[in-house]
Amino acid sequence: MTAVSAPAAAAQAAPTARPDTRRRRRRLPFSPWHLLLAPMALLFAVPLIWLVLSSVMSNAEINRFPPALWPSRLDLGGYRYVLGNAMFPRWFANSFLVSLVTVTANLVLGTLGGYAFARMRFAGSRLLLGLMLATMAIPFQLTMIPTFLVMKQLGLIDTLGALIVPSLVTPFSVFLLRQFFLSLPRELEEAAWIDGCSRLHVLWRIVLPLSRPALSTVAVLTFLSTWNDLTWPLIAINHDTRYTLQLGLTTFQGQHHTQWAAVMAGNVITVLPVLLAFLGAQKAFIQSITSTGLKG
Amino acid sequence: MSRVPTPITLPRPPDNRRALRRRRAAESATAWTFVSPAVLIILGLSVVPIVWSLLLSFQADDLVTPSRWVGLDNYRALAQDPHFSQAVHNTLLYTGLYVPASMAVGLLLALALNRRIRFVGLYRTLFFVPFVVSSAAQGVLFSFILDPQFGAANAVLHYLGIPSQGFLNDPSQALPVLVAISLWSGTGFCMVIYLAALQDVPASLIEAARLDGAGRFRILRHVTLPTLRPVSVFLLLWQTIEALQTFDLVYVTTKGGPLGSTTVIVYFIWEQAFKNATAGYGAASAYVLAAALGLIGLILQITRRRLQGATA
Repeated sequence: MTAVSAPAAAAQAAPTARPDTRRRRRRLPFSPWHLLLAPMALLFAVPLIWLVLSSVMSNAEINRFPPALWPSRLDLGGYRYVLGNAMFPRWFANSFLVSLVTVTANLVLGTLGGYAFARMRFAGSRLLLGLMLATMAIPFQLTMIPTFLVMKQLGLIDTLGALIVPSLVTPFSVFLLRQFFLSLPRELEEAAWIDGCSRLHVLWRIVLPLSRPALSTVAVLTFLSTWNDLTWPLIAINHDTRYTLQLGLTTFQGQHHTQWAAVMAGNVITVLPVLLAFLGAQKAFIQSITSTGLKG
Repeated sequence: MSRVPTPITLPRPPDNRRALRRRRAAESATAWTFVSPAVLIILGLSVVPIVWSLLLSFQADDLVTPSRWVGLDNYRALAQDPHFSQAVHNTLLYTGLYVPASMAVGLLLALALNRRIRFVGLYRTLFFVPFVVSSAAQGVLFSFILDPQFGAANAVLHYLGIPSQGFLNDPSQALPVLVAISLWSGTGFCMVIYLAALQDVPASLIEAARLDGAGRFRILRHVTLPTLRPVSVFLLLWQTIEALQTFDLVYVTTKGGPLGSTTVIVYFIWEQAFKNATAGYGAASAYVLAAALGLIGLILQITRRRLQGATA
């Protein structure tokens, strides 16, 4: 019924509607959507702006009531303290090392595993694939206590190894790469096999150069989850020389309640690498997240 | 490259079948070398812990001294533990507030950005950036901003003539404040997923509806939203699982307080296992959480199948 009456109504409304919108446009020199978007954007941006501002304020400016909302002058005391007296450089190096090894291992082991599952025939491949798919549904909380005990048995607790070993390769990396390899045309690889190339050679020379998008997705998401993790370092690490940045920042905040400028300087150092990586490769980041999200 | 492949003549092997079998075996061996590191690490660090965790949940274990078999005592104690039921209540409240709000605001922002207006790129970046900020950094940042004495939030309220608030120090405000912080970082994710899905809504469909005389609002209700349904189910599942597993933010900001008002399930598990040295009890509560997550996953999978069946 509505379908019949609607066009007629639209036809009647059309001539009067047009001048109306034109008048509204004259009153508002921009799309009305900005009235929603601009305040929201400000709300999202303010905490990060405040993070940067407070990191260059003096403690005196912060620790009064009401605190200053804008630094009167640039004070790098927070950064000097964090980089000189505290162990932030050490923690940064730890985080960097753990992330680098984890991302590299995920790329290498994920590629090998994903390629074998995508292209090679071997006994038990179906069963293994199904089992690995099933492990993706296991929440980390269920495994964290025994994983701690396993790492203790291996003598890795309180070393960076305990942070690296459990995430050397994730089922996610294997699956994502397998799905991608399946989407590549087989013919290219078959031509190379006929020429007598080994599997590894084919993988390295032909498949990987075509797999940049999938590899970058694995790298981006692995880096993000490794760099940002707090739970596992909190469980596996005791000594402050082995802290990651997230754990270090959290502990530092607990110990330096009144030195907010230093805490915020440390916070900037913790956030900056991810932020720069994101702003530099925003397209890859967002594509990685949406592609896995929409297919997941 | 010609379309017709040139025939290749290979020297005929003496025994064809044996050569084939040898090649198969060689391929199988190569494949196993390729997958074994991944298989060992992934299965080793999931199957072993799952079984171990189950055994632990029937034991009293402090992670140091040998453990003692206690049967179902841990589960029985959980059912009567007021702290656990408070943790369940807090987690459900947090999830019930966070998930719908993040999806609704995410959808609203995506709809607003899915058009040709200025600064679209800038807006999208600003809404999404908090998502890459770690929970630890968020927690530290917001405990500073919301500090009752020196925080900027109370300073702004002061200039506006509104009395100071306790925020994370106030038992009645702490959990909603945590939800708000999570919304700051999690809404961008929903927005980006919805935005990608909106761009997949066929333009011809919308054009057809417009030609049929449907107004903007009716196009949204009868064309756009129905096509977004599968994505919404995915987001519902994803956000719910994330919300039920919240830990980092709570650990950094409130440590479950004040007065246990922000103790969520995972914080409870962590506290039992690694602070109170009752790992068996922690493992039992982890199993309860896992069962709940599994159930939710199952229900949503079924819903999703049915939706896909309906659209196909």
